[in-house]
Amino acid sequence: MKTAEITVIDYGVGNLLSVSRGLEHCGAKVNMSSDPDFILKAKKVILPGVGAFPNGMRALIELGLDRVIQEVVKNGVPLLGICLGMQLLLDESEEFGLTKGLGVISGKVVPIPNKSVDGEIQKIPHIGWNSLVNSGADWQNSILQEVREGDAAYFVHSFMASPEKSEDRLADALYGGHKISAVIAKGNTTGCQFHPEKSGEVGLKILRNFINL
Amino acid sequence: MTNIRLIARLDVKGENLIKAIHLEGLRVIGSPNEYALKYYQQGADELIYMDCVASLYGRNNILEIVKDAAKNIFIPMTVGGGIRTIEDVTQILRSGADKVAINTGVVSNPKLVTEVAQKFGSQCMVLSIEAKQVSQNHWEVYTDNGREKTGLDVVEWAKKSVANGCGEILLTSVDREGTRQGFDVDLVLAVSSEVNVPVVASGGMGKPDDLLAVVIEGGAAAVAMADILHYKRSNIGEIRDVAEKAGLGVRRYENS
Repeated sequence: MKTAEITVIDYGVGNLLSVSRGLEHCGAKVNMSSDPDFILKAKKVILPGVGAFPNGMRALIELGLDRVIQEVVKNGVPLLGICLGMQLLLDESEEFGLTKGLGVISGKVVPIPNKSVDGEIQKIPHIGWNSLVNSGADWQNSILQEVREGDAAYFVHSFMASPEKSEDRLADALYGGHKISAVIAKGNTTGCQFHPEKSGEVGLKILRNFINL
Repeated sequence: MTNIRLIARLDVKGENLIKAIHLEGLRVIGSPNEYALKYYQQGADELIYMDCVASLYGRNNILEIVKDAAKNIFIPMTVGGGIRTIEDVTQILRSGADKVAINTGVVSNPKLVTEVAQKFGSQCMVLSIEAKQVSQNHWEVYTDNGREKTGLDVVEWAKKSVANGCGEILLTSVDREGTRQGFDVDLVLAVSSEVNVPVVASGGMGKPDDLLAVVIEGGAAAVAMADILHYKRSNIGEIRDVAEKAGLGVRRYENS
């Protein structure tokens, strides 16, 4: 079998080592790159990221990678955004004022409600293992193939993606009764809010699915 | 409510996993990553590595240990010990850690909390508190593995640090640490009821049942366990079952 090659976009944001180690553990060859030409030739691309939305977006723009990612998506190359990398796929974010995103999936990034549906104050950021629930989509042939409803993944975030179209939602997590987008997808572009590289065997299954897509 | 987290805590000195009592009188247990891998496979939700001698001898050993762990352990890792600057934090995160736990470094420079939170996010900044009881419902912050007094009140210090941007508190009871007498529930409650960030209770877990009081009455969002696991008095699976039977939410985990 040919080794799958994955290009991880290195834009100075986030823990690239963990993502790479996770992918390597699943048998992929990992290239980290911030070179537009290299990324445009990639067969599969991961956009990682932790931290604040405006910083992430600024870093992408400075490296000329915002257009590169939009091009990657247009070319139908499978792209997986993780955590902030998922949020950057949307149109805009309310984190520290309004910042324009990549606009690859329609919708915006909003704060996680600080009260539960019962009106109780809840802790922000949303940190920890939370179960994935199906948002009415078919998980077959997606990165969630063979993941079971109720399987838990590791989340760390204060803002959440709010996709405009319900068909772009693959999985949610419940926090204080609120639905939080856990996995969103449109065409060959997928985003997951949790960290698959930190979600144990379930997370490795998701990375393996992306490698085998 | 979110699932409670079961965290394996690995205190490290040089290349060795060690265990102390009241954070002192270290005993060598074995190789940190052999134990870490075992706890990962048992279904630990997170790992905490604490370098007990980083402030004295530098941090090369712990960085190598964490880098090595990142090859086959895929759960969140927190690293603490001797962190004083934003450069220290950067270096640790680049080694594969997700969060840093800082005690002495932020007592001497409280602004470091804000710096770390602004650069890497508050979720990354874990305030580590070593607490010793001084009177009923009053605890003092200690540094340097429970050796140095600071004069700071634990609850006030926790509140101040949360205001400065810390996203989580690792609260170690020096009095209970290594004693197997159960967690200091009053201490955990005193802090968790005053802050809106998760509190990780550490120190004193002698049997699986001990976690119930500290979570249910103390408001802990997570428990850090060392002695009970290292000496195989229990394991993560058994502890998870105890929590689940008591009605606490835990991560679904099947070893498949």
